[in-house]
Amino acid sequence: MVTEHSAATDGETAALALKILVAGGFGVGKTTLVGAVSEIRPLRTEELLSEAGQSVDDLDGVDQKVTTTVAMDFGRITIRSGLSLYLFGTPGQDRFWFLWDELSQGALGAVVLADTRRLEDCFPAVDYFEHRRIPFVVAVNCFAGARRYGPEDVSRALDLDSGTPVVLCDARERDSGKEVLIRLVEYAGRMHTARLLDSVG
Amino acid sequence: MTEDMTGGPDRLGSQWYDSEAGPLVRPYAMTGGRTRSGPAGVRFDLISLVTLDPGAPGADEAALGPEHRTLIDLCRTETQSVAELAAGADLPVGVVRVLLGDLVELGSVTVSRPVPPAQLPDERILREVIDGLRAL
Repeated sequence: MVTEHSAATDGETAALALKILVAGGFGVGKTTLVGAVSEIRPLRTEELLSEAGQSVDDLDGVDQKVTTTVAMDFGRITIRSGLSLYLFGTPGQDRFWFLWDELSQGALGAVVLADTRRLEDCFPAVDYFEHRRIPFVVAVNCFAGARRYGPEDVSRALDLDSGTPVVLCDARERDSGKEVLIRLVEYAGRMHTARLLDSVG
Repeated sequence: MTEDMTGGPDRLGSQWYDSEAGPLVRPYAMTGGRTRSGPAGVRFDLISLVTLDPGAPGADEAALGPEHRTLIDLCRTETQSVAELAAGADLPVGVVRVLLGDLVELGSVTVSRPVPPAQLPDERILREVIDGLRAL
């Protein structure tokens, strides 16, 4: 009885939310992927930008304080009571990079969605996560009509570090999206263990 | 109280604006012009979890605005992340952060600290996540 009670207390303090980012070029299917695996319909949050947006917004010399909103779609997967996974579709435009910094803080990892017809769209995301040593997988969204490439081809074309997983997927399919997330979590675990060993040795 | 503000846009046909037109109240008017949350100055993460304090003073405290009450009501059903609260209350995240700061100071809610990256991810938890995903 006593142990049961303390176990319940432990569970309560350990309420944990994990964050996974979904990045990639405009129209590559980020929100589709989030929606396919989320147990709630994708929600939208808005971040208001004033000072930060002001310096980067070019309004042809119009000198006034500007407020811009940037929307982020997100979804949730409850693993069990007290443990849930949140998926955030990152804003596509480059000028919102600073929002990525906040989003990626404490993130478990990221999925970079790629479309082989415009692979270059995902370069910035790949660079971003590589530089910050955030574990990520590249998920190639296999659009109908796009030529199929093997994971090795994509890996080479993106010049990925060896070990970075490349997964072919259909962002509309729940099972496919699940597989992408599983690969990411497995990879994040491997990377984390490797780093721990590094720091010990 | 909130009906006066939100009732209009819901009626179809007669209005000249819609939700795409943006809020009719300047967002930071709801926070009294404040853009940072209370003296504690903690910036809540999007996935910080907000829990209603069971022993909290009633929501009809004079210090609370309608948006504060909306947030409290949203937390009543289950623990919510900051991002979910923002979506649920249809308020920008920055505004929700300020309002949550007020609620923390009043002792109405507690907000979890995000897990420091160095402590992420515990092997056992990752295993649970993977198994959980497989079972979906």
